[in-house]
Amino acid sequence: MRIPLSWLREYVELPAELSTEELDRALVNLGIEVESIVDLRQTVTGSLVVGEVLDIEELTGFKKPIRFCRVDVGDANGTGEPQEIICGARNFAPGDRVVVILPGGVLPGGFAISARKTYGRMSNGMICSARELGIGDDHSGILVLPEDVPAKPGDDARPVIGLDDVVVEVEITPDRGYAMSVRGLARELSHAFDVPFRDPAQLAAPGATATPAYPVRVVDTVGCDRFAARVVRGIDPRAETPQWMRRRLTIAGIRSISLAVDITNYLMLELGQPMHAFDLDALRGELVVRRAVAGERLTTLDGVDRELHPEDLVICDAGLPNPLAGPDAGVPVSLAAVMGGETTEVVASTTNVLFEAAHWDPVVVGRTARRHRLFSEAAKRWERGVDPTLPLVALERAVTLLTTYGGGTAGDEVLDIDHTRAPARIVIDADLPARRVGVPYPPERVVELLERVGCTVSRDDARSASGAGLSGGRHASGPPILVVTPPAWRPDLTDPADLVEEVVRLDGYDRVPSVLPPAPPGRGLTPTQRRRRSVSRALAENGYVEVLTHPFVAPETFDRLGLPADDPRRTTVRVANPLSDTDPLLRTTLLATLLGALRRNVSRGQRDLALYEVGLVFTPRPQAGEPPKMGVAHRPSDAEFAAADAVLPEQPWHVAAVLSGDIEPAGWWGPGRPAGWADAIEAGRIVLASAGIPEERIVVRQATYAPWHPGRCAEFLVDGVTVGYAGELHPAAVAALELPARTSAMEIDLDALPAAPVVSAPRISAYPPALIDVALVVDAEVPADEVRRAIVDGAGDLLESVRLFDVYESAQLGEGRKSLAYKLVFRAPDRTLTGEEAVAARDAAVAEAARRCGAVLRGA
Amino acid sequence: MTYRNDPYDPKQVALLAPEALEAAVAGATAAFDAATDPDTLAELRRQHLGDRAPVSLARREIGALPPAARADAGRRVNEARRRIETAYAERLAVVQAAQAERILAEERVDVTLPSDRRPRGARHPVSTLAERIGDLFVSMGYEIAEGPEVELEWTNFDALNIGPDHPARGTMDTFYLDVPGIVLRTHTSPVQARTMLARKPPIYVVCPGRVYRTDELDATHSPVFHQVEGLVVDEGITMAHLRGTLDHFARALFGPEARTRFRPHYFPFTEPSAEFDVWFPQHRDGPRWVEWGGCGMVNPRVLVACGIDPDVYSGFAFGMGIDRSLMFRHGIGDMRDMAEGDVRFTRAFGVEV
Repeated sequence: MRIPLSWLREYVELPAELSTEELDRALVNLGIEVESIVDLRQTVTGSLVVGEVLDIEELTGFKKPIRFCRVDVGDANGTGEPQEIICGARNFAPGDRVVVILPGGVLPGGFAISARKTYGRMSNGMICSARELGIGDDHSGILVLPEDVPAKPGDDARPVIGLDDVVVEVEITPDRGYAMSVRGLARELSHAFDVPFRDPAQLAAPGATATPAYPVRVVDTVGCDRFAARVVRGIDPRAETPQWMRRRLTIAGIRSISLAVDITNYLMLELGQPMHAFDLDALRGELVVRRAVAGERLTTLDGVDRELHPEDLVICDAGLPNPLAGPDAGVPVSLAAVMGGETTEVVASTTNVLFEAAHWDPVVVGRTARRHRLFSEAAKRWERGVDPTLPLVALERAVTLLTTYGGGTAGDEVLDIDHTRAPARIVIDADLPARRVGVPYPPERVVELLERVGCTVSRDDARSASGAGLSGGRHASGPPILVVTPPAWRPDLTDPADLVEEVVRLDGYDRVPSVLPPAPPGRGLTPTQRRRRSVSRALAENGYVEVLTHPFVAPETFDRLGLPADDPRRTTVRVANPLSDTDPLLRTTLLATLLGALRRNVSRGQRDLALYEVGLVFTPRPQAGEPPKMGVAHRPSDAEFAAADAVLPEQPWHVAAVLSGDIEPAGWWGPGRPAGWADAIEAGRIVLASAGIPEERIVVRQATYAPWHPGRCAEFLVDGVTVGYAGELHPAAVAALELPARTSAMEIDLDALPAAPVVSAPRISAYPPALIDVALVVDAEVPADEVRRAIVDGAGDLLESVRLFDVYESAQLGEGRKSLAYKLVFRAPDRTLTGEEAVAARDAAVAEAARRCGAVLRGA
Repeated sequence: MTYRNDPYDPKQVALLAPEALEAAVAGATAAFDAATDPDTLAELRRQHLGDRAPVSLARREIGALPPAARADAGRRVNEARRRIETAYAERLAVVQAAQAERILAEERVDVTLPSDRRPRGARHPVSTLAERIGDLFVSMGYEIAEGPEVELEWTNFDALNIGPDHPARGTMDTFYLDVPGIVLRTHTSPVQARTMLARKPPIYVVCPGRVYRTDELDATHSPVFHQVEGLVVDEGITMAHLRGTLDHFARALFGPEARTRFRPHYFPFTEPSAEFDVWFPQHRDGPRWVEWGGCGMVNPRVLVACGIDPDVYSGFAFGMGIDRSLMFRHGIGDMRDMAEGDVRFTRAFGVEV
């Protein structure tokens, strides 16, 4: 909301000298967010003066008509001679007073004015339009001052056109509707500067008369708990909105439409009461306030034909037959509280006006505004809450303004259908603010501050003595009990905590001390939190770079990955309102988005890449349905909450890594080494090791699983449960996803991993080891890891370690055979092994490998 | 060499003569000193201290002396031998040192050659900062609470006093899912509700995590960003405690000069509520207040919805953007840098922030 300071000053006695910084600080400390404070005096620099056009010479021969003007600018130019200025506008005549900026001045936007030759003449300055001056949007011609403006040539033009003002733009939080008005802001500023405030709503306004201003029937008194109206007849339809009102509307960003409509907008800004002006002659019969009926339509003032919802509140004209809603229901002529309708709007020929000022239910209006995406200035105020005591005052102001500037006669009849209720009282312990804030506010101070915001406060000593259980209370006896009635304009004050906030807000947030609370002993990170950190750090320390991708994916991604039609990863959670229609799904695999990050890096010229991500994937639960409805009046039962939680998709933490290019670059040390399937599998092993899973509980085996290369895919199992896959990606997936050849990847479900056991320490033997190498020949299909396991199982306890150091195939070995060479280390905990012992253990290992894998000792 | 044929010839005792021994010592010392490498020196040792060396031969001649002269001669020979050995040892040390030095000199390399055979990896700074914040609060006795990113509307809104028609629902640009009643969480605050449902006070938790709003990705917005939430519910908790906690947090993250400033604000789930700024002296555009987050005293309605008696307990909550904190702490100019996964960005941070 943008409001000129001069308007606020009408109602609050602010210090005469008030810097924009002081004003900013005051508003911020009141909880009113300041978007900007612009001192208009500083928007135009240099000489900006009133000029009177003396004569005009029309220049021809140019693309457009140009005028060479001589303008009387008094003594402002230092000579008193007429100023010669070239002007392209044509909406003025000799004798008109205009606004002239002299050479040396600068218009908003840094537009510097100098004397210059143009169209063959010297132009010494510029005659300005409203837009050039930054005071309006009008650029159809230059600004011609109205005749009633008292100003003579040479006068500073700033006060004349409102450039002596300060414009305050503020953002109002959703709880404080009252501050969306001059009335509310002025009241707040009076608190900040501790200066008198004059309430523009303190006005004697006539109450309801026996004869209504117009017949109105309110069917829905919940949605509309007050409806008031008055009539003005016989206005001059050509009457213009006064300049001062138009200027204020312009500053507020509201377009001037007609006098009657401008008055309603002006009063909305000043009082906070949205109003509507009907063309009385466009109404046929009684007005009916009711909910819309399915199928009804209304063309609102913005020209949009809208289908109405049965929850929408509408004002209907019962003089029009309505086959849909039944007899007497009338036809909607206004989307109540949000926007008027086209058929009854005030138009250029309107002479009789019906002003409506009502009070609408904030929830109903909010829903209608959201449903129709119509966040009008009125709807914004209704949604935040409007003072229900305003309608008669607003009507009185409206008829006064209209008759003053538009002529006509105000009708004596006043309609006021009032079902509003007084604000509910709030009872609090006087020490509640002190206990919640930590500042020892004395009871008198609490009362003073609450009264300052408009509350009526009384001490309830009887209650204090009895110590009955009270909301916001705690002590059986002690602090006084305060009974607080909030003012009508503060519908947001309903709870004791709301009053606490008012106390600390007015007393000052800066007066709250800084005290560190002593926390109880904590238990540190959970095992899964520690695990995620370990896994992440281990990958980073092994050369992987962490990225955090957004989880939105396109349906085609799963085709590109080559997932089978029945792959569970194709069952996804869908975003109903995605930012991009192409990416409406939530990922079921991290690779779906991580590979995108890889591709982006490649496209930016990175070649050797190793990326990883730790994040959630989303798997819908079949037939989950909707969560049960849970209220907020009390805690949901554990069963209720569990049932609600069970609707959520499963969201396990996954870790994934992708590699392309060289994992070890070429350098002075020699050639580089391309990343490949083995690196991806090692990444998986790093993950499992850093997650604390013991080697012996991990099985890595050959698998076929999209999107991996069927011959180069490893499946990881822990305790026999599949936890992830790694290897080189399928060439088709690589091609479809436009990835570098041989891109490799790993993904593991961290939530599928069992808890890490407590490590039992190994016995470290100081006796010398016996080292024996064995080469075993097996069928090429036999997995090396099975041979290793056979060796481990066969060798017995003396085997300290086994390491595969060579794999080769050759014609000598025979077709389909391979040789696996292992380095075995034997050691006893309590003695130096003899050669015979070591060989016996070796033989046992070989025998087990022979039994299980058909291994033959090479050279044997 | 005369001694070969007649080693015991008494006439040969000339070798025992003091002048001869002196000459042997002088000869050996000179020879040693001329040697420049251990191999030559080893050969010279054989010549001057070996079996056929003059001092060794002289020792054999002792037997030819009359018994009375033997002791004296023996001492002379021993003395001569000791001096030769000393000369050898001294020279050996010199030669070995010289050789070691030569080898070291020969083994000199260019240490400025690149050594990055295994390129380093890096943590995303958002992750690192989230962990750092978590560690700070864990060190204060807090625990880290977590919740799902696809969240119930009830926990994301209703339980936090944001009813279905609350205007604040409209201000949070929410991603809705194809199942009614669930959303992508718009803030980490639902973890507050989950925590209060799951445990009894005293509650001291922080909740870092990802959140979602329907903002297009640009220099200052992202549909996916990160927040950290703090929640304390205990007896006698006041706004002063909130302030003390945030001041401590600010100093831990931004240095001892950092402090906070509260501005009244509105959040449905806290009352009183505030936005807070942090005084950040190291800002790249000069010391200034920087908007940091929102906070307040937990609205008693939230406590009630989560089964905590507001007449017994009170609490505070705060939340701030991790990405945003990172942006001003490190002078990051573009939100997209954090979302796009460009390795050049992440590598710049290594594994610490």
